[in-house]
Amino acid sequence: MGLGKARAVARFLNSFGEAKGKRVAAVAEFDSVGLRYGTGAEVLRDLDFRLRTGSFYFLTGPSGAGKTSLLKLLYLSQRPTRGRIKLFGEELSEAPRDALPPFRRRIGVVFQDFRLIRHLSAFDNVALPLRVNGVGEEEVEGPVREMLAWVGLADRASARPPTLSGGEQQRVAIARAVINRPELLVADEPTGNVDAEMANRLMGLFTAMNRLGTTVVVATHDVGLINATPGAQLIRLENGTLVDPTGTLRNPPGPPRSAS
Amino acid sequence: MFDWLFVSPAERRLLGAPRFGGPTPWVIAIMSFSILLIAASGLALASTARLVGRSIESRYALEVPAGAANLAALVQSVRSTPGVSSVQAVPESDMRQTLERWLGPAAESADLPVPALINFDAASGVDLSALQKRAEGIASGARIVAHRDSVGPLLHSLHLLQWVAFGLVLLLSIAASAAVVLAARGALDTHRFTIEVMHGIGATDLQVTHLFQRKILIDALVGSLAGALAAAIVLLVLASGAALAGELTGGATLGPVDLAILALLPLALTALATWVARTAVLRSLRKAL
Repeated sequence: MGLGKARAVARFLNSFGEAKGKRVAAVAEFDSVGLRYGTGAEVLRDLDFRLRTGSFYFLTGPSGAGKTSLLKLLYLSQRPTRGRIKLFGEELSEAPRDALPPFRRRIGVVFQDFRLIRHLSAFDNVALPLRVNGVGEEEVEGPVREMLAWVGLADRASARPPTLSGGEQQRVAIARAVINRPELLVADEPTGNVDAEMANRLMGLFTAMNRLGTTVVVATHDVGLINATPGAQLIRLENGTLVDPTGTLRNPPGPPRSAS
Repeated sequence: MFDWLFVSPAERRLLGAPRFGGPTPWVIAIMSFSILLIAASGLALASTARLVGRSIESRYALEVPAGAANLAALVQSVRSTPGVSSVQAVPESDMRQTLERWLGPAAESADLPVPALINFDAASGVDLSALQKRAEGIASGARIVAHRDSVGPLLHSLHLLQWVAFGLVLLLSIAASAAVVLAARGALDTHRFTIEVMHGIGATDLQVTHLFQRKILIDALVGSLAGALAAAIVLLVLASGAALAGELTGGATLGPVDLAILALLPLALTALATWVARTAVLRSLRKAL
């Protein structure tokens, strides 16, 4: 890294450090955001909303509406092609790429295709965020075993993903996403491969984390899941734009809930 | 400083692939073997050139085209010159033996005029032109020739070969680096998914690079040492004929400094390969978000 670039990252991270202690009202703020892949048409247009810290959101919309693209912007896998995105109070649309990892560590992601590392055991997959975060090996074992037990996979800790069923893989992916107690949890169809009982259990985990202060965004087609989660707000995408007739996403109501 | 060498077993499992499964150690071993042999040749040539240069520095020959008619008077004249030592007339039989290589049996003919030759060492400051004038007075056409002038082209060739060896070592090092870059890119492609997942959960480029850097360092070290071992065996076999080589080159061998340079080369190659791989991995990673 060049000296100038290193200084830019350091400056950026210092300003982030000052803001980190504060609990921001909106965990994410999108301002006129657009996204296109290559030279194609915009898949997301004029997104203008805020996600209140500590809230629970469902992201819905027909297939191809741009839900996964919106989630990618949220978990910093894509940069917007226009507009501004603030996460945790920091403008990140044009932040240097070396400044992004600390923000990514504050976000838990459950991918639609699980994205588990095939040659690692379920234990190692779940432990990965802790190890990336520099947690010592002696402090990894307990939380990972606890989390695997919670998702019902205590006896499958040494199994590799190819030997797990789709539902089991999904549960490993969820355990990996929440092991670090993220401030923002983003899940793409997290209950698509599990039975109703496990779906309820996983939603119970998400709502419990939400009660502890984690902002949760779940992309789903499952109306039953939405109905079973009282207090959750709905974000609806159609043709890459936000359908928000009430304007509550633009001006989220009420003060943020305090973490207990 | 060397923390990155001691990654935990969990971090090592992230790359999954068998440790010495790829072609990298083999490529590095071949390069290391070639580099060491070429470097050893270059250093031996340098040593030979030094020895030959030293031995002929003050050596001269008095040539007498007319032959050995006044040889004794000429030898006496040269020997009596202050600062001149090791005066030695080359016997006519030796001269004929030398000529026989080109002329065959005709060199034995009594009709063949054989020049006379007197070798001697002259300290600096000896008036060689006065000596030549005296010699001309005794035998017409006598002239003094410095050995360094006759052997000059050979020394020049030896120096040139040294530079060729140095250039080859450089070229092979560059080729080894290119092979390592390709191997690093291949490894990145193989593990792209793992890298994407690691980046996604907040791993930095340096964290990812450390995993690859350590693996490539081990591959490069194993390859370098294996190549060096093979080269050492070849050099030992060659050294068994050193008596003959010694005769030809005046006892030129590899000195302690040369051996130290050769011992350091595999380590230098390992360091170069690791640095190049680290740079290549970091550059590739920076292309992603």
